[in-house]
Amino acid sequence: MMTVSRYRAFQAPISRDRCGDKIISCKITRNKLYNLLTIYALILTMCLTGCAVTRVDIQGEVPARHSISEFKDQRFAEVDDPWEGFNRSMYRFNFYFDKYLFLPVVNGYEFITPIFLQERISGFYNNLGEIRNLTNSLLQLKGAESVSTLGRFVTNSTVGIGGMFDPATSFGMKQHNQDFGKTLGYWGADSGPYLVLPILGPSSLRDTGGLAVDSGITYGIYTAVGPFGNSGNSFLIGAGIKAVENIDARHQQSFRYYESGYPFEYYMVRFFYHEKREIESGKRIPSN
Amino acid sequence: MMHLKPLLIACFILLPLPSFAADDDYGYPIPGSYEATILGTPSSLKPEFPATKHIRQIVLNVFPDREIPPVFFYEEGLRCTFAYQKQRAPLVFLIAGAGASDRAPNLLAMMKALYNAGFHVIAMPSPSNANFIVSASESSIPGDLTEDSADLYRAMEVAWKQVAGEIDVSSFHLGGYSLGGIQAAFVAKLDEERRVFNFQKVLMINPPVSLYNSVTRIEEMLKQIPGGPKKQGIFFNRMFSKFSQFYRYGNFVAINDDFLYSIYTERLFSQAETAGLIGLTFRISLAGMIFSSDVMTNSGYVVPKNRVLSSRDSIFDYFLVSTHLSFFDYFNEYFYPYFQKKRPGLTKKALIDSMSIRSIEGYLKSSDKFGVMTNSNDFILTREELDYLLQLFGERLKIYPRGGHLGNLEYKENLAYMVDFFSR
Repeated sequence: MMTVSRYRAFQAPISRDRCGDKIISCKITRNKLYNLLTIYALILTMCLTGCAVTRVDIQGEVPARHSISEFKDQRFAEVDDPWEGFNRSMYRFNFYFDKYLFLPVVNGYEFITPIFLQERISGFYNNLGEIRNLTNSLLQLKGAESVSTLGRFVTNSTVGIGGMFDPATSFGMKQHNQDFGKTLGYWGADSGPYLVLPILGPSSLRDTGGLAVDSGITYGIYTAVGPFGNSGNSFLIGAGIKAVENIDARHQQSFRYYESGYPFEYYMVRFFYHEKREIESGKRIPSN
Repeated sequence: MMHLKPLLIACFILLPLPSFAADDDYGYPIPGSYEATILGTPSSLKPEFPATKHIRQIVLNVFPDREIPPVFFYEEGLRCTFAYQKQRAPLVFLIAGAGASDRAPNLLAMMKALYNAGFHVIAMPSPSNANFIVSASESSIPGDLTEDSADLYRAMEVAWKQVAGEIDVSSFHLGGYSLGGIQAAFVAKLDEERRVFNFQKVLMINPPVSLYNSVTRIEEMLKQIPGGPKKQGIFFNRMFSKFSQFYRYGNFVAINDDFLYSIYTERLFSQAETAGLIGLTFRISLAGMIFSSDVMTNSGYVVPKNRVLSSRDSIFDYFLVSTHLSFFDYFNEYFYPYFQKKRPGLTKKALIDSMSIRSIEGYLKSSDKFGVMTNSNDFILTREELDYLLQLFGERLKIYPRGGHLGNLEYKENLAYMVDFFSR
């Protein structure tokens, strides 16, 4: 971590040549080697004991030509993120989780499943999601929206064969995506700090709580209705349905961590996630 | 600029669509240059293509020995998108516009149109995209058309080597939009010497004539905001609060097409504000280029020299600093000094002149493999520059009456023209 790593300076080829000459010309004696080892040991100890404090001195940092102090302007695209270190680590974890597990499974699913069938599966799960939309529309006391969502659920479950097709949209019933995080926001709860969840990705303290409540409600409804309760394998079937649901959700989500190539992607995602949630939860935004 | 889409869609004004009773037979509906640039093509006017399984990403290891800084730990090579046919077909290389990755919507639209017409396609990120700067640029200092084109050519060779065993290729073509368009011309010129691909057809879509002049025009758009570019933070915050208020009072279902359409019909933003938002989007994109170049070269421009950033370190202040730097700052303080050291005696004017298609006009005039598509209201070109293109390319230039900068690229008629150009 502490090695001085100068990636490539402006005149990279020239400096590289010089280094090469040096290495050939200087014969490292045993004594020198011991000295070097001692120095390395010292540096290592210093690093381990006082990493952050001694960092500047060890590396010989030179202040940058431009710094934040020279600009007299409002900060922008910023979101309350006191746990940024943790969040960035999670963002990184999700990147690797996607890469080595989630996306290979999703790709396998996409490979073996005909596109027509993929679309029907997505429809099926999206229709189940209407239950969450409905409960939260009701909790927000939105009458017309609740009726529309209920209409969608009934229409697509019957005419749309269990949600595999979506005739409701063509009948003019629009989808209203709702969840408990939005309900909390609607009733004035603050989003709280930004939070990147493992596997699930961008969220906030409020939305994480909301997610737990939504999952609880959905689970409660499944248990109460118990569609597979008599089969004797209800747990396995339930787990299977859940697994395909997660795969389908990732399949429907085109976002890929770090794919934009933009070095400030984390901040863009954070900002747009936060703004979208704030705006869509319907909370009144104070004017500037 | 894929990730900037939400920001782009945050800006719009304009007359209601029904009043666009066009007096010509070109069906692209949005008359204003800025509005077209931001809104692009309405979904109903884009061609629909069936989903396919024959598209995947390929990752190229262009410089195997390169040490990647920890802050870019996720960069494992140059990411390109590859669409392939099972039968023998021509292969088209596509180059994205400024700052864009291989997944930019414009690039993917071109790729899908060509794939559906029976071409193999390899879509490349722009040399100004951080992925390219980190993985495939020799100097990691983007902007010079000659060097960038050499980098592109090298990457194309690596890509071709990687897929050559899987596909049967009859001939090679090349295309690009915006910055990628002018780069395509320089890559084609290099190909005349190197002869690896022997490009048969080269298409430039909405290219600048002079890179420096076009960027100057975009920078000027940001000058229209109150207090000028140095107060872009205040401007950004004000525009977003406007955007949020509009949603709050409008009874919308979600941030979707309906919502965006009404922002545009209700003229939420003024002409100057729209221009400012385009300029700001450019700056945000440019910031990514400046930061990644600086990290790669350890130049101490925005990041202190010798500082090693880890994947956990906050880099938000670098974002704020980099977005406040203009292209001219980059050019004068960073880009020009590098080339001056490399080519002693080089003047600024000579460097600027070399970043223009005028510098290779003899070649462009003589070769019949080129085609150009642009719009008469593309704000990156002046009237004189448009006339110059017309004089240089004659019948090989197709000018649409509107579309702004790239706004009509995904319009079905434009994509059909593009496919036809490569099929002829």
